[in-house]
Amino acid sequence: MALQGTCREINDIAIIDFSGKITLGEGSSTLRRTIKELIDKGHRKIVLNLYDVDYIDSSGIGELVSGYTTVRNASGELKLLHLTKRVHDLLQITRLFTVFDVQSDEDTALRSFR
Amino acid sequence: MAAKTQRIEITLETLLESVDLAEVIVMRIAEAAGFSEEDIHKMGMAVREGVINAYNYGNQQIRDKKIFMTVELEPDKMIVRVLDQGKGFELTEVPDPLAEENLLRTSGRGLFLMRAFMDEFNVHTAPGGGAELVMVKKLPEPVSGNGS
Repeated sequence: MALQGTCREINDIAIIDFSGKITLGEGSSTLRRTIKELIDKGHRKIVLNLYDVDYIDSSGIGELVSGYTTVRNASGELKLLHLTKRVHDLLQITRLFTVFDVQSDEDTALRSFR
Repeated sequence: MAAKTQRIEITLETLLESVDLAEVIVMRIAEAAGFSEEDIHKMGMAVREGVINAYNYGNQQIRDKKIFMTVELEPDKMIVRVLDQGKGFELTEVPDPLAEENLLRTSGRGLFLMRAFMDEFNVHTAPGGGAELVMVKKLPEPVSGNGS
């Protein structure tokens, strides 16, 4: 299934609930476009809820990294929420688990913003 | 009579759609061969990364070029080869994506993932040019039914 995301806001935090695959092509493009739109709208606290994303390839990982850098360069914070086991394992073996702020609980994620 | 190797040769177009197609083909063959669900997933991902590499880096997304995939099924393992029509490359030339200075790079993890997901992985430069990625997954040894 192509990546789809729906945005909800809690206070000044944008939470994007994603479902589908983050892979080369449409999925990666959707992720890139979503983060860019959020930044353009002024959002600086962003949570990517990946509860329903069970598949990501190297392009998708690259796009997550790009999103992290984009948000950071805009003086914002990006957090990942509810990683599935496969995505979790991929971020582990690529050492990106040490880069991203990964949360397993939404309330905790929301409270963790500076 | 010794078991024979089954061989399937597929020519893919240099199109984004070929990435999904190659993945599905290999996963179906792996399933038929008796690999576990987890191994099927890993093989699919590895082949996906291999064809992405051929599409993006080998063939530079040039539509006229082809990607040649071969699947060989031996009694104890499956070998997948992905050959592009590019210039070839050496694995030693590829930056380590796990190095601290490379962690925030947005590309360069495909080869690493292939190596991580398969039991054996290597890259050759084909005689006619082009990079050939060779990846091997071993079938688990059958468990003996004799208890003692």
